[in-house]
Amino acid sequence: MFKKSKLTLVIGLLLIFMMSVLAGCAQEEAPDQSADQPPAAKELKLATTTSTEDSGLLDYILPEFEKDANYKVQVIAVGTGQAIEMGEAGDVDVILVHSRAAEDKFVEDGFGVDRRDVMYNDFLIIGSAEDPAGIKGEADVLKAFVAIQEKQAPFVSRGDNSGTDKKEKGIWKKAEITPEGDWYIEVGQGMGDTFRMADEKKAYTLIDRATYLALKDNYQLEPMVEGSPDLLNPYGVIPVNPEKYAHVDFEGATAFAEWLTSEKGQQMIGEFGVDEYGQALFVPDAK
Amino acid sequence: MEILVQGLKEGFLLIWQMDAEIFDVTLLSLQVSLTALVLSALIGVPLGAALALTKVRGKQVILNTVYTLMGLPPVLAGLLVYLLLTSRGLLGQYELLFTPAAMVMAQVLLAAPIVCGLTARAVLALNQEVYDTAATLGATRRQATLSIMREARMGIIAALTTALGRVIAEVGAVMLVGGNIRWSTRVLTTSIVLETRMGNFSTAIAIGIILLTISFAINLFILTLEKRTFRYENTIQIT
Repeated sequence: MFKKSKLTLVIGLLLIFMMSVLAGCAQEEAPDQSADQPPAAKELKLATTTSTEDSGLLDYILPEFEKDANYKVQVIAVGTGQAIEMGEAGDVDVILVHSRAAEDKFVEDGFGVDRRDVMYNDFLIIGSAEDPAGIKGEADVLKAFVAIQEKQAPFVSRGDNSGTDKKEKGIWKKAEITPEGDWYIEVGQGMGDTFRMADEKKAYTLIDRATYLALKDNYQLEPMVEGSPDLLNPYGVIPVNPEKYAHVDFEGATAFAEWLTSEKGQQMIGEFGVDEYGQALFVPDAK
Repeated sequence: MEILVQGLKEGFLLIWQMDAEIFDVTLLSLQVSLTALVLSALIGVPLGAALALTKVRGKQVILNTVYTLMGLPPVLAGLLVYLLLTSRGLLGQYELLFTPAAMVMAQVLLAAPIVCGLTARAVLALNQEVYDTAATLGATRRQATLSIMREARMGIIAALTTALGRVIAEVGAVMLVGGNIRWSTRVLTTSIVLETRMGNFSTAIAIGIILLTISFAINLFILTLEKRTFRYENTIQIT
């Protein structure tokens, strides 16, 4: 009896495996139909993070660059890690990302040249007006995190290994705290869902300003801590090294980096979002 | 292809090594879905039988509604329960949102119409003879009704397995009302979503395999039970 059921289990798993393989094959055959874009001026491939695309910044500034430089920018919006990988593989001409350590390594390893600061956006801690940890107006985010942990005040964490999640984990680490316990709620969801759950639980959470401004009218949480240097999120632009990959358009990549850091580019970055939200989403900081 | 093989390997490892977190997640999946199934059976079977056996006004409309609810989108069921349980909702004071209880409620909303509708269909498919035979043999009204239910049991078991399959594989409702909170309301399906979003495709597939294996085991159990009680004596034979 036992043997028999074990055999059935093995056969069952084999069946499941075969089905998944079939499903996998079917999927692999499917795509590849997006190659009929009309050829524009000159194409420039940009790998960047979802935040620049989702916030609408690229839609706002790229048409102007394309007009000025006679380029057509193809945007590939992925996570910072993947964007850097695309640069390392020579699949794109230029990257615009936000992870200083990884960016420096990218240049050190010879994949990119001439990194420039472009802008930063920032994160803030939001929470309910009752403020159980008493952190409203605290200038130092590390002290705020310590207070939250001491009071065991509910804190909702993205817990999804995203850029924001890494930022939050980095702050806990810097504050020398290992967050765990009932008060630390890891939801493994996107920023919008995390905001909604934190609001429902009257908990604190770390959120990027763009998402906060876009959704704040739906919920009641208020800004608690902002402006701390640890909450800044700097973006850099790096052309891919032409000595590593001869086929990349270094000229175009440099033109893009120069335009972004030019007076005009910086001004456009600084004014983006002001009409809609009353404040800028990104702060230009090219030197 | 590589990812699939990796996923399979990882899946077996996760099961073999009894990874604490996966064990926790699997257990909660089972607890939530089985509880939802039992509650749905308690509501759906009597209701479905009553619908089939009694003459009520607007029976057609009621049946039509139940059949429609059988296809209720999980995320809509989740949203309804969410609005009921949110702190500004009707039952907000009980603080049930983002708990396993909320997940059970949403799954009952999905499973009960399935159990009810399929039970009604199974009973409606029987002949008048079943009741008449029992009645001529001197059965009371109650006993005759029970014998009808016994005749319909194959269909009722099918209703229960269908309902279980639906709730244990469902993600939209439990994600919304449970919140996918680690060590608290994370289940197999929401784990798959999370791992996929983090790009851990092989882990996602591994968890998927665990889910399918559980379904397989449950169905094996039910089929064995079915075989033992029926011995397939009534199976149609083509000669």
